[in-house]
Amino acid sequence: MTIRSLLVANRGEIAVRIVKAAKALGIRTVQVHSAADADMLAVRLADEAVDIGPPAAKKSYLNIEAVIAAARAAGVDAVHPGYGFLSENADFADAVEAAGLIFIGPKGDAIRLLGDKVAAREVAARAGVPTVPGSAGRVSSIDEARDGVAQAGFPIMIKAAAGGGGRGIRIAADMADLDRHFPQASSEALAAFGDGGLYLEKVIGKARHVEVQILGDGKNFIHCFERECSLQRRRQKVWEEAPSFLLPADVREKLCASAVALAREVKYSGAGTVEYLYDEDSREFYFIEVNTRIQVEHPVTEMVTGIDLVQEMIRVAGGAPLSVRQEDVALRGHAIECRINAEDPARGFMPAPGTVRRLVVPEGEGIRFDTMLYEGYTIPPFYDSLLGKLVVWAETRDACLDRLRSALRGLVIDGVATTVPLHLALAADDSVRRGDFHTRFLEGWLDEVFARQAQPKAEVA
Amino acid sequence: MSKHEIRAPMPGTFYRSPSPDAPAFKVDGDAVASGDTIGLIEVMKTFHEVSAGVDGKAIRFLLDNEEPIMAGQVIAEVEA
Repeated sequence: MTIRSLLVANRGEIAVRIVKAAKALGIRTVQVHSAADADMLAVRLADEAVDIGPPAAKKSYLNIEAVIAAARAAGVDAVHPGYGFLSENADFADAVEAAGLIFIGPKGDAIRLLGDKVAAREVAARAGVPTVPGSAGRVSSIDEARDGVAQAGFPIMIKAAAGGGGRGIRIAADMADLDRHFPQASSEALAAFGDGGLYLEKVIGKARHVEVQILGDGKNFIHCFERECSLQRRRQKVWEEAPSFLLPADVREKLCASAVALAREVKYSGAGTVEYLYDEDSREFYFIEVNTRIQVEHPVTEMVTGIDLVQEMIRVAGGAPLSVRQEDVALRGHAIECRINAEDPARGFMPAPGTVRRLVVPEGEGIRFDTMLYEGYTIPPFYDSLLGKLVVWAETRDACLDRLRSALRGLVIDGVATTVPLHLALAADDSVRRGDFHTRFLEGWLDEVFARQAQPKAEVA
Repeated sequence: MSKHEIRAPMPGTFYRSPSPDAPAFKVDGDAVASGDTIGLIEVMKTFHEVSAGVDGKAIRFLLDNEEPIMAGQVIAEVEA
């Protein structure tokens, strides 16, 4: 059935993105919001808005009953979960279906399977996708953990089976560390995720984070090439690119084919991302996890392939087959996304909610700004700090970096501190231009390079 | 008898205890020292400690646990 109306079960910039994609498809939009978000941009853009509860996310955006009730009352055909909040909650996907509505994403069972990191590793192994050396499955005792280490060696990560997004991870350097961390990690995982299950993965030293965008309709499965997301702070991505420009062509082909094999293994439906670590020295890649939702950084893929991923996931959820075949997906040029957060990079990334007094958005060929901001908007303190994503495209990566620098200089957000100065420094950095970085590059660079640059000027955002 | 007001240094969500199952940092009537933590403010998914900033004989909270607050809003009063 074709979707004629949908409820956006999210907020911020991704809610704006979904409303716009739906409008482009002629779909009526209903936007949920908390009491703190009544004046957010997506509410203004949507055809209708529904207040679903108090500011605290668990009483509004994470409240399954409230979201389902809003969807029923608004009489929509479908629900788009965005990213974060309920987007990878299998019970929510099931509840949407049980209410007779379409969940725009994979089935609850697929979310449940791929959301369990141990089960996902097993799926990957079945599909022939290399996994990081580690435990064969869940480890339930310290003795099993010791066996896992015997296979993989130190240093090793102790990860929560129900974790993800960088949460619930501890690193053990030796056996004494393992003995100490293991019981704590188990009780922490139980407290944080309601599941004390753990597994082990070897730490891959200087690895890149590379991820493949997949699309499926349950019968056909394609990839839209890869993204490079190694620039991270506290395991949160800060800057993303497409493609991973230093990846050898034969590795790219194998990597993308492995993601499609995994999608086929679970008969995937919707947009998803298969995340990998890539070891440049050995040219080996290792599966980390699957994200069963649209990702924050999806625009870089859209810029280099010309595919509108959000529109595609809505069409597929409505029962249409994929609108593109694999042979039609081609890479063109290079794209970089900078996450513009309400954080002050000169003050230890202190969150900076506040009111936007003036907003100037750069325009021009190859420049896109996905944002929740408008002049006069007061950013509430209750949610994450992402304000927008500056995405720049050009024919080559060098040209893209140059265009990015001028776009960043043209982006004015007066009234709150933002991460624009960080991105200006990154865009001007020689290591970044060479692509000479890995997943732990940024934190060292912040201490050694950025701290020196930021101090004398005392940047005012 | 003078009263001192403890105001929120930033907007966010106010928490009376370090974690959901832990006891409150302070309860009404407790004596406080300047450096004592009296609560946490969650702002954009990060947590910041709020200290009393003053010595006093008795503290009285004007906010419940998990309540939204504005910067500058009075969290508690302290009897000197």
